[in-house]
Amino acid sequence: MSSNFRNDREFEMDDERGGPPAGRGHSGGGRGGPSGRRFRRRKVCRFCQDKVDLIDYKDVKLLQSYVPERSKIMPRRISGSCAPHQRMLAEAIKRARTIAFLPYAAD
Amino acid sequence: MAEKRVYEVIFIIDPDTPEDDSTRLIENLQHTVADQGGTITKTENMGRRQLAYKIGHKNDGNYMMFEIEGSGREIAELERRMRVNDAVIRYMTIRVDLDRRRAEKLSARRTRKASSRPAPGARRGSSAPVAAPVAAAPRVVDESEA
Repeated sequence: MSSNFRNDREFEMDDERGGPPAGRGHSGGGRGGPSGRRFRRRKVCRFCQDKVDLIDYKDVKLLQSYVPERSKIMPRRISGSCAPHQRMLAEAIKRARTIAFLPYAAD
Repeated sequence: MAEKRVYEVIFIIDPDTPEDDSTRLIENLQHTVADQGGTITKTENMGRRQLAYKIGHKNDGNYMMFEIEGSGREIAELERRMRVNDAVIRYMTIRVDLDRRRAEKLSARRTRKASSRPAPGARRGSSAPVAAPVAAAPRVVDESEA
């Protein structure tokens, strides 16, 4: 249970949250993380940049970078991938799980 | 029915089966496909790898991959054989022709976009010679002030 909590934190750490849009820069201060950094880095879909049209379920190295720690599929708001590529990625990860390339859950 | 479908069949063989048993098994499966009218376009032995989780108390397995072109009937028979055989600890069939066609469509669209994009860049290049008249401009301003 506690480890699960930690994982959720980990997801949010390097996250440019869905919160209020830009404008509110540093001035807000109030609820920022302990670090206070609230800048928004524009994330671009890595697959679009690399011009990937097909995500192969056999490409374990690539897929592993999208299933952190608890081997959950990394949400789009963190990885920054676009919707079509996230769908492909999710499908590939699920296929990889079926044939034991990736774990369903980290033990 | 007329159109050919392309499948990827990937399966894991129990690492404890003797070498010649597994080669015989692979040959058998290949024959099964041929008998049902399918053609194997690619065979890949991915070798022994560690499993991400235990399957039947096994921690690793030998991965094999077939790429099969056919109607789909050979897949049914192939899967039945693999289900019955204890040496095959996991199998998965994926239809890849649809995915590949979609990927081709995407890349075609991108190249089309890319070929229409250079236009603005070219226009910017042609605007360079305009620099010359700029030198004349300040003088005009001076005259109006006077």
